[in-house]
Amino acid sequence: MNNILVMPMVIPLITGIILIFLRPFIRLQRWISFTAMMVVAGLSIYMLEMIQTNGIIRLDFGNWKPPFGILFVGDSFAMLLVMTSSIVAGICLIYAFYTIGQDREKMFFYPFVLFMVAGVNGSFLTGDLFNLYVCFEVMLLASYVLITLGGTKPQFKESIKYVVINVISSWLFLVAIGYLYGAVGTLNMAHLSARIAEAGQTPLLTVISILFLLVFGLKAGLLLYVWLPGSYSAPPTAVAALFGALLTKVGIYALFRIFTLLFYHEPSITHTLIGVMAGITLIGGSLGAVAYKDIRQIVSYNVVIAVGFIMVGLAVATPAAIEGSIYYLIHDMIVKALLFLLAGTMVALTGTAKIDRMSGLIRNYPLLGWMFFIVMLALAGIPPLSGFIGKILVGQGAVEGGNYVLLALALISSVFVLYSLLRIFKNCFWGETIISEEEQLPLKKSLLISCVILTAVSIGLGLGAEVLSEYVKDAANTLMNPGIYVEAVLGE
Amino acid sequence: METVIIILAGVLVTVATYLILSKGILRVILGTAILSHAAHLLLMTMGGLKRGGVPVIGEGNGTYTDALPQALILTSIVISFAVTAFLLVLAYRTYQETQVARGLKDE
Repeated sequence: MNNILVMPMVIPLITGIILIFLRPFIRLQRWISFTAMMVVAGLSIYMLEMIQTNGIIRLDFGNWKPPFGILFVGDSFAMLLVMTSSIVAGICLIYAFYTIGQDREKMFFYPFVLFMVAGVNGSFLTGDLFNLYVCFEVMLLASYVLITLGGTKPQFKESIKYVVINVISSWLFLVAIGYLYGAVGTLNMAHLSARIAEAGQTPLLTVISILFLLVFGLKAGLLLYVWLPGSYSAPPTAVAALFGALLTKVGIYALFRIFTLLFYHEPSITHTLIGVMAGITLIGGSLGAVAYKDIRQIVSYNVVIAVGFIMVGLAVATPAAIEGSIYYLIHDMIVKALLFLLAGTMVALTGTAKIDRMSGLIRNYPLLGWMFFIVMLALAGIPPLSGFIGKILVGQGAVEGGNYVLLALALISSVFVLYSLLRIFKNCFWGETIISEEEQLPLKKSLLISCVILTAVSIGLGLGAEVLSEYVKDAANTLMNPGIYVEAVLGE
Repeated sequence: METVIIILAGVLVTVATYLILSKGILRVILGTAILSHAAHLLLMTMGGLKRGGVPVIGEGNGTYTDALPQALILTSIVISFAVTAFLLVLAYRTYQETQVARGLKDE
């Protein structure tokens, strides 16, 4: 019955392959891809329940006992992220139905989205380091294609940078795996954890852990985020939303896994370093978010700030902070997708991305305006909305850990988030209406569907945090006590 | 033996870094190809270069070389091959669109 664990990766993969053969039938492709995402979301909710009752579930491929075979491990943390990513991907697909255009749809857009989701879900679920590398590559190759698909000039320029940066970070990943294999002699994560705990984290292993920190820092945009704002503003809106919601989050997930499961013995070195990197990321992201007048740039820098914020939770590493980070991670996947979709809709409606060329949009498009207002409050962490609980828990954890500098930076960054988005809101939605009623492009209801759903999910997540709390607590508990994970995989 | 191979990998990484930091796109792509060579060499070396039979049952007399790094390298070669192919086509298309092959700049 544990075979169900492989479904979040296999369903998108097989559906993607089938869709390749259905190239001319666009409507059919839309339905199938959306259905596949919803099925995965449903299954992951079912599995989340299963984990609550039966504990961590694992699936050994080909019946090879760990550590000899590769395996999938589903704990609450992984499953929460699988659920969120599938739901967000499904909703972004709805937006893509109406905006992406026939040319792209005919050139295998949906299969590549599905392959990317397969890679993302695989990375969340895998229990083997090299398999994680392969899943990363599945995700990245699909994302290379998605970022270039359509072939406009800015896309080409940004995609070359994006691909080269990712090739280099994948290379570093491979080198780090090589070193770790040379030092410890296994690649199964639970077995690695047990062996590192046995031998103690020698300086050599600490160096390797810092190598991993660099690798996933590059992927997640932690400190090494220079590539991110450019690459995330080039592709079409639906793709940018998918990237903003999913790709960096996989890097964050990997950082959490690596530094709570494997390298948790020398927090004075590794976790301090993570803290420093998170602090600089927060500062850099905040400066970027207020420096630009291009909506897409501002939104992309908000992704960077969120990465810094979530990593503060890992740097502090108290149960409350980890729990807060998980809440914030889930919230951020949903809200960043929404933010990218709203920003993209605004750019599509006005034909410009510069905030000083838009004004008074609230009169033309009231619903869009109020949704932007809500997402702004949610991102800043205003109480009834989804960002609040994550921020308060991370803050509480930082106080417990006595990490006041990071606490201050995290809270100040919230102000910068609020300011950067308020600037968009004030400049674009308030003020004199410059688009007259005749010139106004009609805002199709179809574009709003996905935004409304995401806003509702965000509000729901804020009001109904109780529903998730059980799972989040379990996830944080597993992360804080790596013994549970190791026992679930190696123990019999 | 390991030391020699590690030095060789180091030289490859040096060359690759130099190429990636240069201006021509083709040089950058060559750099990434050399980089992956270095990584594969390194993976092989980290598994240990002990003498033993080829990892085919029935070939060696009792001792075999470690088969796992070879599987890892095989996987990684295919992946880097795919990425390099994609990158080359991407560079070609970019050249067609922009007529620039050196130093892509933002407008």
